[in-house]
Amino acid sequence: MFRPVLIALLLMSYGPSLMAEPEPEDVYSFDTREQEERFQNLTSELRCPKCQNQNIADSNAPISKDMRAEVYLMMSEGASNEEIVGALVGRFGEFVRYKPEVDRRTILLWATPVIAVVIGLLVVATIVIRARRYGDSEPTLSNEERARASRILAGDDSDRAS
Amino acid sequence: MKRVFLFIPVVIAVVLGVFLFAGIGKDPNKLESALIGKPVPEFLLSDLHDEGRELTPDVFKGQVSLLNVWGTWCPACRDEHDDLVWLAEDKGIRIVGLNYKDNRDDALVWLDRLGDPYQVSIYDPRGRLGFDLGVYGAPETYVIDGEGIVRHRHVGVVNEKVWEQDIEPLVNRYKEKI
Repeated sequence: MFRPVLIALLLMSYGPSLMAEPEPEDVYSFDTREQEERFQNLTSELRCPKCQNQNIADSNAPISKDMRAEVYLMMSEGASNEEIVGALVGRFGEFVRYKPEVDRRTILLWATPVIAVVIGLLVVATIVIRARRYGDSEPTLSNEERARASRILAGDDSDRAS
Repeated sequence: MKRVFLFIPVVIAVVLGVFLFAGIGKDPNKLESALIGKPVPEFLLSDLHDEGRELTPDVFKGQVSLLNVWGTWCPACRDEHDDLVWLAEDKGIRIVGLNYKDNRDDALVWLDRLGDPYQVSIYDPRGRLGFDLGVYGAPETYVIDGEGIVRHRHVGVVNEKVWEQDIEPLVNRYKEKI
């Protein structure tokens, strides 16, 4: 009677250990909280060249593991963030940056959102200005139409087009 | 004047169309190497066949070579191996092998059984040179000129078609410069 419940409980207790865990050799220890956060930020801004839509913090590809190890090694040697990213870009190319540097090649990439918002604002502004200009000067209904409308609303159907 | 504005969406669509069409058919998995035009990174690694012999970038000096990154764990490397043997034996191309993240014994058995297209074999069990080269998946093949400068990288299998279209013209061009 209780056996199915027991088996279910046993299976649940096994659950976590069946899940994928990072390999022990890939666990890094840090002296301070800031260093750990710095490592997390760096690895989440670097892109895996093999599995191209993942950052190296999330990717399990061997190359990402090597890149994480390099980031850790350079950090422990006292390298700055720019030096670390620069070293990886020097090997794997601009591709590994999720945040490309602003230069002639990437300026459009950075400017497009601004350009799009400006164009959108211009369109909205034009529409609003036009609506004001024409909306005030020309009443929607002429006096004659207004009179006809009130007749119809009053229930006098004789005016309605048949 | 107003009519002209009506054509703006068409213009945008055409420009975007041309721009996006240029991207069709490009394989996003093939990245240009960051080392094109730069020398092969410094290394000091042992010869696959002779543990005591140390190799440096000097192995590339004086001749145009292909640098082929491979490992026995890599199925696509098995796939291209016969073509590499064909290049080395029939075409007389100098190929330097970089045995990448592999085990020396397994690699030697592989070369013994399938033939050895490599004039020099570099043994890189920890993938240090591979990492410095920006290798992100074997097999990769580089064209290195006579001065040890990286000229081209091909990611993936080298076969007759890749050789004729991408690699042979480059090899011939840099051979003329020597």
